Amino acid sequence: MDVKQTSMKIKVLAFGIVKEIFSNSSVELDVADGINVEELKTLLELRYPKLKQLVSYLVAVNNEYAEALQIVDVRDEVAIIPPVSGG
Amino acid sequence: MIDIQISDKPLNIQACIDWAMHPECGGIDVFIGTVRDKTKGKQVIKLEFESYEAMAIKEMRKIADDVLQKWPVKKILIHHRTGILSIGEVPVVIAVSAAHRAAAFEACRYTIDTLKQTVPIWKKEIFEDGEIWVAAHP
Repeated sequence: MDVKQTSMKIKVLAFGIVKEIFSNSSVELDVADGINVEELKTLLELRYPKLKQLVSYLVAVNNEYAEALQIVDVRDEVAIIPPVSGG
Repeated sequence: MIDIQISDKPLNIQACIDWAMHPECGGIDVFIGTVRDKTKGKQVIKLEFESYEAMAIKEMRKIADDVLQKWPVKKILIHHRTGILSIGEVPVVIAVSAAHRAAAFEACRYTIDTLKQTVPIWKKEIFEDGEIWVAAHP
């Protein structure tokens, strides 16, 4: 019988102010299989409490804004989107 | 027709307008964003724009698709610059052509307003004594 994988490493991309909060343009996180976007945010906020000082921030999965309950897969491209200010 | 671009090179405003020309259109509405020298009375030295390029292109394309659905618009162009820009330089050009002006004006306004809300591009204001990512903190 296969051993069930219980955790995975995901890479989280950072932009703008979040690059400064992470002190990097991306971070790697060990997360549980089947983690959703909301749980990922909670994990990130534990490691980087300054995220909570932002007006808001969203998570993008594969270049689309993700819903709170969306599951994150190891193959997904995950990014943190702080308040945008283009134009 | 849609033309979306993100570039770290200066935007060519005339080329944007030329692209938007269409024989069936009676008008082109153009929005040109420019770098202002002050924010809340404080002197700005320069701005830095960063994008999440693949997603920004996708979000800009959604706006353009929406515009073509909502208004009788023939052509829409959205070009955004990244990198460091000085006062008076142009971070964004939007050009919209339509048979009649009302549609062009409304669609152009919708495009810049929505871009500012949804497209993952960030602006850092650089002052004499520091710098700040716009809109990040309350």
